[in-house]
Amino acid sequence: MSSAALHATPSGHDGAAATHEQRALGFWLYLMGDAVIFALLFATYVIMVNNTAGGPAGKDLFDLRNAALETVLLLVSSTTFGFASLSARTGNRGAVVFWLLVTFALGAGFVFLEIREFAGMIAAGAGPDRSGFLSAFFTLVGTHGVHVSMGLVWILIMCGQVMTKGLSVPVVSRLFRLGLFWHFLDIAWVGIFSIVYLPGLL
Amino acid sequence: MFGRLTIDALPLYSWVAMGGAAVTVGGALLVALLITWLGAWRYLWTEWLTSVDHKRIGVMYIVLALVMLLRGFVDAIMMRAQQAFSLNAGGYLPPDHFDQIFSSHGTIMIFFMAMPFMTGLINIVVPLQIGTRDVAFPFLNSLSLWLTASGAGLVMVSLVIGKFSTAGWTGYPPYSGIEYSPGVGVDYWIWAILISGVGSTLSGINFIVTILKRRAPGMTLMRMTPFVWTALCASVLMAFAFPALTVACGLLALDRLAGMHFFTNAHGGNMMNYPNLFWIWGHPEVYILILPAFGIFSEVVATFSRKRLFGYSSLVYATACIALLSFTVWLHHFFTMGSSPNVNAFFGITTMIIAVPTGVKVFNWLLTMYRGRIDFHPSMMWTVGFMVTFVIGGMTGVLLAIPSADFLMHNTTFLVAHFHNMIIPGVLFGYLAGYMYWFPKAFGFALDRTWGARSFWCWMIGFYLAFMPLYLLGFKGMPRRMETYNDPSWQPYLMVAALGAVVVMLGIGCMAMQLYVSLRDRRKTVDLTGDPWDGRTLEWATTSPPPPYNFATLPEVRDREALLDMKERGTTWQRPARYEDIHLPKNTAVGVIVGGLAGVLGFAIIWYIWWLVVVCALAMWVALVVRSSDDDAEFTITAAEVKQIEDARYRLLGSRT
Amino acid sequence: MAIGNEGAGAIVMGLVYRLLRGAAPAGAALFAGGCDLRHSAVLDPKGPIALAQRDLLFDAFFVMLVVVVPVIVLTLWFAWRYRAGNTAATYAPKWSKSPRLEAFVWLVPSLIVVAVAVLVWRSTHKLDPYRPIASAQPPLEVQVVAQDWKWLFIYPEQGVATVNQLAFPSGRPLSLRITSDTVMNAFYVPQLAGQIYAMAGMQTRLQLLADAPGSFVGRNSMYSGDGFSDQFFEVVALAPADFDAWVVKVRQAPARLDAKSYPALAAKSQRHPVTFYSAVEPGLYDSIIAKYAHSGHAQPAAARR
Repeated sequence: MSSAALHATPSGHDGAAATHEQRALGFWLYLMGDAVIFALLFATYVIMVNNTAGGPAGKDLFDLRNAALETVLLLVSSTTFGFASLSARTGNRGAVVFWLLVTFALGAGFVFLEIREFAGMIAAGAGPDRSGFLSAFFTLVGTHGVHVSMGLVWILIMCGQVMTKGLSVPVVSRLFRLGLFWHFLDIAWVGIFSIVYLPGLL
Repeated sequence: MFGRLTIDALPLYSWVAMGGAAVTVGGALLVALLITWLGAWRYLWTEWLTSVDHKRIGVMYIVLALVMLLRGFVDAIMMRAQQAFSLNAGGYLPPDHFDQIFSSHGTIMIFFMAMPFMTGLINIVVPLQIGTRDVAFPFLNSLSLWLTASGAGLVMVSLVIGKFSTAGWTGYPPYSGIEYSPGVGVDYWIWAILISGVGSTLSGINFIVTILKRRAPGMTLMRMTPFVWTALCASVLMAFAFPALTVACGLLALDRLAGMHFFTNAHGGNMMNYPNLFWIWGHPEVYILILPAFGIFSEVVATFSRKRLFGYSSLVYATACIALLSFTVWLHHFFTMGSSPNVNAFFGITTMIIAVPTGVKVFNWLLTMYRGRIDFHPSMMWTVGFMVTFVIGGMTGVLLAIPSADFLMHNTTFLVAHFHNMIIPGVLFGYLAGYMYWFPKAFGFALDRTWGARSFWCWMIGFYLAFMPLYLLGFKGMPRRMETYNDPSWQPYLMVAALGAVVVMLGIGCMAMQLYVSLRDRRKTVDLTGDPWDGRTLEWATTSPPPPYNFATLPEVRDREALLDMKERGTTWQRPARYEDIHLPKNTAVGVIVGGLAGVLGFAIIWYIWWLVVVCALAMWVALVVRSSDDDAEFTITAAEVKQIEDARYRLLGSRT
Repeated sequence: MAIGNEGAGAIVMGLVYRLLRGAAPAGAALFAGGCDLRHSAVLDPKGPIALAQRDLLFDAFFVMLVVVVPVIVLTLWFAWRYRAGNTAATYAPKWSKSPRLEAFVWLVPSLIVVAVAVLVWRSTHKLDPYRPIASAQPPLEVQVVAQDWKWLFIYPEQGVATVNQLAFPSGRPLSLRITSDTVMNAFYVPQLAGQIYAMAGMQTRLQLLADAPGSFVGRNSMYSGDGFSDQFFEVVALAPADFDAWVVKVRQAPARLDAKSYPALAAKSQRHPVTFYSAVEPGLYDSIIAKYAHSGHAQPAAARR
C-alpha cells in the first residue's frame, strides 16, 4: 500500500504525496546543511592535524583494525537498512521491524567500538584537551558518533511506530527520511576513515 | 545545585548596570501586569503563542524585532554619550561596562533585530505572494520563532543575572577564550547565538521548500515577485551559511567548556581558523539581511511609481549572482591577518565583483522611477533615501575592498561608518519600508503617513549626522570600540555623532507616535478591499487581514504582476462557483515549550547547572518525538464555513462601493 | 530602556543640553577646520607606504564617484520629475524592458570593476607588508611584542629594548617582526603604514619608512580588553645622528630585560610609562613565540614569516 499511497493524490499541495515530497526536500536540505557542518569540521581537522603540541599524533593513537571493523559495521548496517526499506515497500511489517533491529544492533556495535576507542585514548592521556589536533579529532569523530546515536534512538522509535501504527503513509514517509539520514552517516564515515584514519596511519 | 550562579551575579557593581536591570525587570513586569489586567493570558496563549499561522508568527517576529531595536538603540546612544564626553576622562561607563554595551549592541541588532524583522516580513508576505495557505512546515516555523525569542531572552537576562560578553559581536578568540574571558559573558553570547541560529537554519529550510513546492498554479519561477526571489536566495544562504556559525560558536564553546584547543594561544590552537569560520557565515549573513530588503524596495518602487518594475530578469539574475558570490568574499574581513598578496588580491577582487549586480539593482530601481507617477508614501521615501545613501556606503565598501587601502582603514571608525551605512539604509530602511507597506495587510488598517514621513526624515538626518563624522574620524585614525581617548581633535566629531543618535531617537519616537495615532484612528484608515495601494501582486488579492486560509480558492497566475493582470482582465474579485473544505495545521504548544526549554538549557549551560541541562535536553527530546509522531496535526474548515466567511467579506466590499 | 537610575528622560535631556553646548564650537571647528582634517593621520602621510595607500584610496574614490554622483543626482532628479503631482511628465506604466539600457547597467559597472581590479592586483603586491622597501640603506630590524596593554620593542642589532616608544632613523626603512604575548592585537601607525595583526605563537611583518624626522601616534586597533583604549605608543623618527644618540641614552638605562624580568613586564598593566632597557637577552623574542608554539611540529599554521 505504501508506495501506491505515496503517489495516489497529486492534487494541490496538501495531498499526502505533496506532503511527503515537501518533507523529503526539507530533509535533504537539512542533510546538506549538516554536510556543511561536517565539511567545516573536516577542514578544521586538516588544518590542525599537525598541531599536536608535543603530544601524541595519529600514528601513535589510531588502530586500523578497530577503524576497519567500525567501517564494516556501519556499511553492513546501511545494507540491512536497505532491506528494511524494501520490506516496507512490500508491506511486510515483521520484516521491517526485524531488519530495523538488525541495523540497530550493528549501529550500536559501531558506537560501542567508538566509545571504547575514545575511552582508551582519554585513559592514555590523549583526551580532547591535550592538543589542538586531538580537539579536532574528538570533535569531528564525536559529532559523527552523536549523529549515529541519535539515529539509533530514531530507529527504535520507528520500530515502535511500525508495530503500533503499521506501515501507514506517514510512517513509511518517516522511514524514508530515516534511511536518508542513515546512509548520509555512512558517507560521512567514509570521509572520516579516509581523511582521519588512513593518512594518520600511513 | 546552582553551578557558578551566586548572589554576586546581580548587577550591583554600578548604578548604570542596576538601572538597566531594573528597567528590564520592570518592563517585563509591566507587560505581564497589563496582560493580566486585560485578562488576555488565555487569548494570548491559544491565539498567538501556540499559533502556527504564518501571519501571526510573522507579527510576533516583528514585535520581537521592534522591542530589540529599542534595546539595541539604547546601547547605541549610551556608547555615543560615553564617547562624546570621555576625552581624557573615564566618562560615565567603566571599560568593562562599555565593552558589554558595544558587544550587545552588535549582537542584538544583527541577530535579534534584523534577523527577526526579516523573518517576520518573509513570514507574513511570502505565502501570500505565492498564493498558498501556509508554509511547508508550520510547526517548524513556530519552533524557529521561539528559538529566536529564547536567544533574545538570554541576551536580556544577561542584563539582570551576570554580565554580557565584552568580546564584541564577532567574539574573536583568544580574547573570547576561557583564559582571557573567564566569566559568563561570552557564554551568554555563544548560547544566544547558537540557539537562535538553529531557528534561522530551520527558517531557511522552511522557506526554500515553501517557495519551491507550494506556489499557486501557474506561478512559474520567473513569475515570482522580486521579494519572493530575494526571500528564496536569502533562505538558501540561511540554510547553508548558518551551519558555519554553529561550527564557529560550537568549537569556541568546546574550548571554553571542555578545555579544548581549537582557538587557544597555546597547545596547538589556531586562532586564525575562527575568523575564517565566523565570516564564512558572516558575509553571507550580510546578504541574508540585505537581499530581502532589496526585494522590498523592488516591490515598493514599482507600486508607488505606478509602473512595472524595470528589468525584472536582470534583477533576478543579479540577486542570484549576489547570493552565490557572497560565499567567496569572507576573507576581506581580515586582510590584515598576514595572508599573501595573491590571497588578499583575490578576495578583494571577488568583493568588488559583487558591486556589479548590486549596481545593476540600483539602476533598475532608478529606471523604474523613470517615467513613473511617484506617490511619496513613507515606504517610497525610505526607498529613495536608501538609494541616495546606500551608494555612498557601497563606495566606501569598494575602498575597503582594496587590501592596501584596508590596511589603513580597517578596524577604525571608518569601518564602523561603512557597515552602518550599508545596514541602516540597506537593511533597516528596507524593513521599515516593508513594515509601513504591508502593515495594512497584516492588521486591516493603514499606518499614519505624516508620522511615517517625520520618522523617515529624523532617521535620514540622524543617520548622516551620526555616521559621516565617523568616516572622518577614521581618517584621523581612531580605532573602533574606544571607551576613552586622548586626542582632543576627535571630540567635536564625536559630539556631532552623538547629536545624530539623538535625532535618530526622535525618529524612533515618531514611529511610536505613528503606531499610536494609527491605532487611535484605525476606523478612518480601515482597508476593506485588501488592496490599499492599488497593488500588483497576489498578497493584495485577499482581505486585510487575510482569513486563516489566505485564499478561499487558490488563485490562477498568468503574469508576474498577478493581481494587476487580474484587474486588467476584470477577474479580480470574482466569486468562485463553489467552495471546498480547507485543511489547516492545528495550533500546538510544542513550539513555544521547546523554544522555552532551549532558553533554560542555554541558561543552565552558561551557569554550569548540569542537572538542569540534562532535564531540559530530555524534555525537549520527548516533546519533539511526541510531536513528530503525531499523524493528526490538521483541522478542517468546511466549505460552508468558508462560504460564510467569504460572504461576510463581500458584504463589506459591497457596502463600501 | 537600560539607561540607568536617573531615568531615561533626564539623561537624554542632559545629553542634548551638553551636546548643544558643545556643538557650537564643534560646528565651528568642523567648518573652520578643513585644515583640521587635512592634518588627520590617514590624509597626511609621512612616509612612502602610507602615502601610496592614501593615494590608492583617493584614486579608487574618484573612480567610484563616476558611478555614485550620477546615481545620487538621477535618483533625486527622477524623484522630483516623476512625482505624482507633475502630470506634465511622461508616464509610461508598461515600459519595463530595454535591452540596450540593461546591457549598459551591466557593462558599465563591470568595466569599472575590471579597472579597479587591475589596481587591486598591482597595489596589493606592491604594498605587501612583507615586501622589503627598496632603499640604498639596509632596514633597521625591530621586533614588536603586543602585551596587555602596551607594546614592547626589541632592537636586536642594538641589543636594547623599549616599552611604548618606537624610535628609528628617518630615511631608513624600518622592518618589523610582530607577535603577541596575549590576545590578538593590531599594530597601527596610520601616518606611516597600515596595520597588521599581532598573534601569539606567530609572527607577522610590516615595513615602513618615515621621510623626515617627526613624532607620530601608534595604536592597537584591535580591541583587547580593559586597557585597550590607553594602549597607544610614541613613534619617533629621528635624524640618523639623533637616533645614535637615542641608542646611547637607552643603553644607559638601569633596567635589563631577560627571561627572569620579562614576566613582570608581560603582566597586565595600563598606561605603562615609556621604559628603556639597556640590554636584552638574545633570543627573547623567539622564545616569546616558541612559548606558544612548542608543538613538536612546525609553527601552528603560522602566518607567513
